[in-house]
Amino acid sequence: MRREIRICGFGGQGIILAGVILGEAATKAGFQAVQTQSYGPESRGGAARSEVVISDGPIDYPRVTKADVVVALSQPAYDRFAGDIVSGGAVIVDESGVTAEGAEVQPFTATAQEVGHKIVTNIVMVGYLGARLDLIDPAILEETVLRNVPPGTEELNRKALKAGQELFAAQVS
Amino acid sequence: MNIIEAIGGRELFTQGDVACAYGALLGGCTFFAGYPITPATEVAEAMSRLLPKIRGVTVQMEDEIASISAVIGASWAGRRAMTATSGPGFSLMMEGIGYACMTETPCVIVNVQRSGPSTGQPTEPAQGDMMQARWGSHGDNELIVLAPNSVQECVDLTRLAFELADRFRNPVFVMTDGEVGHMREKIVLPAAEEIDIRPRPAPSTPPGEFVPFKAVKGKVPEMASFGTGYHTYVTGLTHKESGLPTTDNAEEHTGLIRRICEKITDATDELTRVEMDQDDGATVGIVSYGISSRSAAGAVRLLRAEGMKVSHLRLVTVYPFPERVIRDFAAPLSRVLVPELNLGQICHTVREALDGAAAVEKVSKIGGEIITPDEIVEAVLSSGEPVKV
Repeated sequence: MRREIRICGFGGQGIILAGVILGEAATKAGFQAVQTQSYGPESRGGAARSEVVISDGPIDYPRVTKADVVVALSQPAYDRFAGDIVSGGAVIVDESGVTAEGAEVQPFTATAQEVGHKIVTNIVMVGYLGARLDLIDPAILEETVLRNVPPGTEELNRKALKAGQELFAAQVS
Repeated sequence: MNIIEAIGGRELFTQGDVACAYGALLGGCTFFAGYPITPATEVAEAMSRLLPKIRGVTVQMEDEIASISAVIGASWAGRRAMTATSGPGFSLMMEGIGYACMTETPCVIVNVQRSGPSTGQPTEPAQGDMMQARWGSHGDNELIVLAPNSVQECVDLTRLAFELADRFRNPVFVMTDGEVGHMREKIVLPAAEEIDIRPRPAPSTPPGEFVPFKAVKGKVPEMASFGTGYHTYVTGLTHKESGLPTTDNAEEHTGLIRRICEKITDATDELTRVEMDQDDGATVGIVSYGISSRSAAGAVRLLRAEGMKVSHLRLVTVYPFPERVIRDFAAPLSRVLVPELNLGQICHTVREALDGAAAVEKVSKIGGEIITPDEIVEAVLSSGEPVKV
């Protein structure tokens, strides 16, 4: 089993953190995982990309070659990074700000705003992806989110994670 | 506070840069001096967070020349000392590195290689400083160069670097890159009770009888740290065993420089660490190091899945260059490919070692993306004689 996930968006959207949380949670759940990243020299803006490879065995090449899932939270990131998908793989874009023919559309930003602030859009997406991948125990995922977010934001992030999980549950029901 | 308490646990999901800092602590490092530079800054950040917890010191210096100089000074003051940088800073450090070789000062330099020359592409990985690591400082000298390819190895090889620096009284380089430096993986650290850090041993002879640059066992002299009662004169000029300068005596110069080079080259077999994955009957092989070794391992997996035979040798120690191991590895081969994130560096050293015994082909990539397994597969299939199936 080898799953390759690519998350991309603007620098500052929490793209890297989302990948870190998925990778760390996967290792806590007993898998091997590598998280890699690339971004430009600017700390805000630009196209940021975070990749996670999850496997039940050793991982040699650490990057995504053919993604099982790509999530794009910005148009430039979609345009640049949405290629190289396995057949049957999914490209998921945020409803706000990304136009992409043939891609699945999810209201990550709108859901984050509903739970309190668009700053937790990345955690909504982590909740959605976690549920969709169905590899990581939700309790492990929640614990990992809470360990990686700034003190004082735990409740908002917990709600965001749950909202993301519900987004997927509503989709499959 | 013990080291594991300072780090905050034994099992962590963390970056290669941070892992180098953890490895340094496990190696006994208590002094870090550096100047921030992408993609090595996280090493300095981690050291500034960790060292005060174990009575160590982190200093942000005004530049990289000052950083390596501070590291050399701290080492003579009895501390195990490290700096971390990337290409532009590595260039600046070369003068100090030569001084450390000449004065036989143990120190560890982490180079998280980025794309160059000059300031190049700051956030992009590269392996373009490999020749500089060996030949960057002027005059004859030898370096010990280790190349981790995972976050766990950033811990293990940085820890090892401190042991080797002390044992050989020489600078040791940990040559990582922007990919390994920023990559996150799970690491496992030793239990606190398994960590045994001892101060650098004092010379076996008392002050007065001690000759600071006379090798007593093998070719490495014992080291007397400042402030321990020993008299030591330290200079970058050619010096006698007493440490005092002697700049116009061919015999003394030759003896000193041959000794500081041979103390490393004589130990090549002992210093060599490789991962050998030989396929019986293969005529094509790959020699790799650092991040590109993971691409190579992926390529080997893909080729073998197609029923092809291919061998792979990964250099963990890049210098002193393991010529004998490479010749043995290549003995049954007619082609050897060397994938690197540069336009061809270690491929030259491999070619020199093989001296025509096999054709050496470079697989080069620059620009910021690491080499994919498919690109190596294509190189294996595209030239030379057909791969044996």
